[in-house]
Amino acid sequence: MSQSTLRKVHPSVYVLLLVVLAVFLVPIYMAVITALKNPAEISLSTAWKLPSKLYWRSFADALDLLLPSLKNSVVLTVSGTVISALVGSLNGFVFSKNRFRGSEILFTLFLFGMFIPYQIILIPLFQVLRSIGIYGSLSGLILAHVVYGIPITTLIFRNFYDQIPDSLVESARLDGAGFFSLYGRLFLPLSIPGFVVVGIWQFTQIWNEFLWGVTLTKQDAQPVTVGLAQLAGGQAVSWNLPMAGSFLAGLPVLLIYILLGQYFIRGLLAGSVKE
Amino acid sequence: MVGSKKNTLYAVLVLVPSIFLLAVFVYGFIGNSFYISLTDWGSGAGLQENPVKNFVGLYNYRELFTGFIHERFRQDLINAIYYSLFLVAGTLALGLFLAILLDKGPKGEHIFRTTFLFPMALSFIVTGTIWRWVFSPKGGVNVIPTWFGMEKGSFLWLSSRELVWTFNWQNVLQIIAVILFLIFAFTFYTGWKKGKRRQLVLSGSVAGLFLFYALVLHRFMPPILPYEETHGFSLATIGVIIAAVWQYSGYTMALYLAGLRGLPVAMYESAKMDGAGDLTYYFKIAIPNMWPITLSAIIILSHISLKLFALIFSMAGADNASTGHPSVLMYLVTFRANNFAVGAAISVILFLMAALFIIPYLIQSYRARR
Repeated sequence: MSQSTLRKVHPSVYVLLLVVLAVFLVPIYMAVITALKNPAEISLSTAWKLPSKLYWRSFADALDLLLPSLKNSVVLTVSGTVISALVGSLNGFVFSKNRFRGSEILFTLFLFGMFIPYQIILIPLFQVLRSIGIYGSLSGLILAHVVYGIPITTLIFRNFYDQIPDSLVESARLDGAGFFSLYGRLFLPLSIPGFVVVGIWQFTQIWNEFLWGVTLTKQDAQPVTVGLAQLAGGQAVSWNLPMAGSFLAGLPVLLIYILLGQYFIRGLLAGSVKE
Repeated sequence: MVGSKKNTLYAVLVLVPSIFLLAVFVYGFIGNSFYISLTDWGSGAGLQENPVKNFVGLYNYRELFTGFIHERFRQDLINAIYYSLFLVAGTLALGLFLAILLDKGPKGEHIFRTTFLFPMALSFIVTGTIWRWVFSPKGGVNVIPTWFGMEKGSFLWLSSRELVWTFNWQNVLQIIAVILFLIFAFTFYTGWKKGKRRQLVLSGSVAGLFLFYALVLHRFMPPILPYEETHGFSLATIGVIIAAVWQYSGYTMALYLAGLRGLPVAMYESAKMDGAGDLTYYFKIAIPNMWPITLSAIIILSHISLKLFALIFSMAGADNASTGHPSVLMYLVTFRANNFAVGAAISVILFLMAALFIIPYLIQSYRARR
């Protein structure tokens, strides 16, 4: 409601909001205090108590264990994001400003790819990566993220370019701009916000992905989600390490969310196909 | 807008790599998975260079639904339905509640919004690891009752084997028939209210058919299992559902908040003029007006609920049967047991469940764009 100042906010609203806020922060509280406890101090019955003395070692230990997979995730995420954003930008430009007969049907067929449960393509993907010799490596994972990122990046860029008036394109065309000069000289420079939205979206998705990470990589190419799952999955492990590891694995996306939250939300809302 | 011929040529050329990749990696792979599900690949040495694959028709599907060894699949399927129902209902309700609280712009709105939405940015593996600790049987939330002088809780959040709302799998077709009967009886009722004769006749006769099956025909069908098998709502899934609702309520909150703020102020003012209180405004006017948002949220969330794989994996472990989901079972069957054909069959069933929502949604959005 735009004229919200006209309306009073009842005090009970604040009470309710604060209660929900507290409940929402419970997992974070538990993770923080457990990560900062000396392993000897961690026991189930004192799980809610603050640490008696701050113990920072767990972060360094978790970092040691996660470092190889963190490195993999950085390489994977950066290259996957850059490539799929470029592809999506060109595709979005075509679907928005260079429509042709059947382009709407084609676009819908593109979108279908982002709604499938990825189990349905997993076995053939595994076979194909194996037969072209990149199964288990980072490049196989990058390929998967680029290919299955095409629908969402195309969608976001299309919605973004739809906001650029057609008249602008018409006049540029009358001035003799061809397909590529129109894209390179006019659209690309205007696309920075679009790249930010798509970049954040893809970065978050690829960084957080687990299914392909756990099925398509071998030990030395594992992304951080798989590394964390292994760190936390062992039976005898004490809880300070997984909690500290969770922070390390969540930190990059959390930073992006805090610094560039509005763009994250725009990508989020674009995920629900709309005109 | 349609450009010149040369333009169209470039446009198509730019798309060619994407078209090729999606044709192979999406449509081709879906077809291939379907084909694999009709073979017996993996009953022998599945990983060798040229594995033996014999065509066995729908055998794997028949085994999954009625075979002795696939009891876990059937419970996982029931779990998947409940996961979806509760995730959708929970996130819609909590998201709407938060959006209404925030609609009038309380102080600190930005902080509230940011906090409610941040879990969405995180990986299921990160949040699942933390929630697993919160729900650990002897600590975490089970300690809370002791703050109020009560006994420590003893509920095994993620490993309870208890089932409620149980039914016998032998009656599953009957139950499906009753549910379909209720759905068509409802459309019959709305057709009757709106005076639409065609809808009335059509849904009435379909409803009648399902009722006839449930009451009469079912008794004469051979049982799909030779023995009774109990399935139901697995209480161990509650913990996962809570974590998933926590993670996705911010999303519905953002959708609804945008929706509420998109409604014209005049709508609120005229409702006030007619003497409506805030509650009446939200429930009688605002929420019905946001039906399109609700609908697309339902579709996106049911789709997300089919991707709970990583959350279940990190919270409860892949081997934990009581929190199982077909997506987790598919992983176990395919990549641990190397039974590719059965894994493919499970993935096809998951895919069909998703397609049920997605295809109508895509067709509708295609029509809206035209």
